[in-house]
Amino acid sequence: MSARRIFTRPARIAVLAPYLWMALFFLVPFGFVVKISLSQTAIAQPPYLPVFDLAAGWSAIKAAFVALSLDNFRLLVSDNLYVLSCLRSVIVASVSTAILLAIGYPIAYGMARLPKSWQPLAMMLVIVPFWTSFLIRIYAWINILQHDGLLNKILLALHVVAAPVVWLSTDTAMFVGIVYSYLPFMILPLYATLAKLQPSLLEAAADLGASPRRAFWLVTFPLSLPGVGAGVLLCFIPIVGEFVIPDLLAGSDSIMIGQTLWLEFFTNRDWPVASALAVVLLALLLLPLLIYERLQRRQLEGAQ
Amino acid sequence: MAEDIANSGTLPDSVDTRLPPKDAPLLRIDAVEKRFGGFVAVDELSLEIRTGEFFALLGPSGCGKTTLLRMLAGFESPDRGRILLNGQDIAAVLPHQRPVNMMFQNYALFPHLSVAGNIAFGLKRAGLPGAEIADRVAEMVALVKLEGLEKRRPDQLSGGQQQRVALARALARRPQLLLLDEPLAALDKKLRESTQLELMALQRRLGTTFVIVTHDQEEAMTMADRIGVMESGRLEQVATPRQLYEAPVSRWVAEFVGDINIFEGTVEARDGGRLTIATRDAGAIVAAAPRQPGETTRICVAIRPEKVRLSRRGPVADAVEIGAINRLEGVVTDVSYLGGLTGYTVKLDDGALVRASMANIARLDIDSYAAGQRVVAWFSPDDCVVLER
Ligand SMILES: Nc1ncnc2c1ncn2[C@@H]1O[C@H](COP(=O)(O)OP(=O)(O)OP(=O)(O)O)[C@@H](O)[C@H]1O
Ligand SMILES: [Mg+2]
Repeated sequence: MSARRIFTRPARIAVLAPYLWMALFFLVPFGFVVKISLSQTAIAQPPYLPVFDLAAGWSAIKAAFVALSLDNFRLLVSDNLYVLSCLRSVIVASVSTAILLAIGYPIAYGMARLPKSWQPLAMMLVIVPFWTSFLIRIYAWINILQHDGLLNKILLALHVVAAPVVWLSTDTAMFVGIVYSYLPFMILPLYATLAKLQPSLLEAAADLGASPRRAFWLVTFPLSLPGVGAGVLLCFIPIVGEFVIPDLLAGSDSIMIGQTLWLEFFTNRDWPVASALAVVLLALLLLPLLIYERLQRRQLEGAQ
Repeated sequence: MAEDIANSGTLPDSVDTRLPPKDAPLLRIDAVEKRFGGFVAVDELSLEIRTGEFFALLGPSGCGKTTLLRMLAGFESPDRGRILLNGQDIAAVLPHQRPVNMMFQNYALFPHLSVAGNIAFGLKRAGLPGAEIADRVAEMVALVKLEGLEKRRPDQLSGGQQQRVALARALARRPQLLLLDEPLAALDKKLRESTQLELMALQRRLGTTFVIVTHDQEEAMTMADRIGVMESGRLEQVATPRQLYEAPVSRWVAEFVGDINIFEGTVEARDGGRLTIATRDAGAIVAAAPRQPGETTRICVAIRPEKVRLSRRGPVADAVEIGAINRLEGVVTDVSYLGGLTGYTVKLDDGALVRASMANIARLDIDSYAAGQRVVAWFSPDDCVVLER
């Protein structure tokens, strides 16, 4: 009884707050999206059928329910365009996340090993790019990567290349843009776990005969896995749905799911197909989250 | 050497059978100094530790014990001086290559590994075959009485259990030199005492050289062959437990190790082996002269409480030898019954407070004194220690 007393009524309400927030701003709108994904396009306002009209009475609503169908999802599966853009999204996100991890880990590791008084400065440097608008930074990259951009000028001046290289509108440009934009999201959670690591653990490892390299793989890395997981999720999920960077920096021969969605929604005005895509995208993103959750739970259980 | 200054002509050194054979030192610390910024943590410290010895470093918090141990393990490098292991300077040997293991003051257990995983860590690095590792882990687990907890993670253990895992982990590799930084501080009294005995038995069985850091003097006395008393980065005295207790070299050591009555005074007369000292607040006290008397006349006389006896009238002084017994008269002000002992505080007529402790050898209190009672506190000059610094 005394233990339960810690949670006063306001505290219990506070615990509910995130769920209320989720219900109001995620579940309800998502319900609308699911409903639209089961509808058909129509030249109307709104541009789909059926429409639930509460004023038209019970039988009308029942008729609307019957009119719902999975046709849009069948279309998504049958048309290569959608499958390919899903696949491309996952591949781009995986490759980018791998590059981000490979670059972000050493940076975070270095930051965590700086003298304590320098660490806030390093952290500032990681966050500083956020002070400029994201779009402006991507446009800056266009400037750097274009035909007569900074990069080509430098390469020509250094005689690394004889003629300007095409950077813009390639996958390379897109990866550069993605890695550049998401790097802080990888570094910060990694830094947070690495900074918490007790130096005496590494001393203990050395004392027990582990060389610095082995100590890294046997102690530092396993203990930083929660940070790796968080960083990977924080990058992978938004990159799968990324729209602006591939649209501005990549070529137009293959597109990602976010771009497809945009096309369906604004160019084709096909709200139902766009909604179906959104549902699929969400399902795709839930998958890594579930895996992460499962792993964490297993780790907790393994500890028992 | 500090021990030689000891004013202890009659000390029964031969009783102490625990001294290891005097062969070449395993470890030689030679004028080692360590600074942190301007602060001197270890100050020109020299020490030799013999193979198979159980050595205790005793000292107050912040005196540099951990720093010294960390230099032996290789986590700090001395700013000056040398550390020789088996006659070889180990300055250039990296921590993971030293035949030295350390039990850390904060345990430093690997949180992602189980108890067994922690203990096996060093064995795996040593490249032992799997079966042998399993055997050794089981042996260590049994040694520290953690059976049944092998699969737990450190955060699922109590403080004392964590400490025992740390101990087992450091012992598992059977190093030449084992450094233990306050290994038993978190254990309860019973478990601490039994672990002390087990550590001693283990040390004798394995022949490993132990250097243990503690600020519990009883623990140091129980376990160690020799004790080094540290203060502000220096070794004040290195001696056997008995010498340390009966023949401290300085007032600081005398007060740090055990309970003691100290009277400041000046030397009045030197008569053969006897000094007569005029104290500030306890009258004249006769004490055995130190073996190598110094120049100073302002000194301290010290006497341990258990060597002060109380009686109602005091023994009749031997008429032949004047000053055969010191007799100080006063009133009992405080009595504390401690079971085996009773502690008394006596306020002397000259002003000083004297503590005496007497063994309760009879069950009935025929031999006890009450507060307010007049008594004579008496002790032999041979039991006095003259401290010149
Ligand atoms: N890395 C460091 N930087 C600065 N000062 C330090 C450092 N390590 C230790 N010191 C200082 O050196 C002195 C000795 O520290 P040390 O840890 O050796 O003490 P200790 O004898 O082990 O004390 P305790 O019994 O409390 O563990 C202390 O005053 C401490 O503040
Ligand atoms: Mg310490």
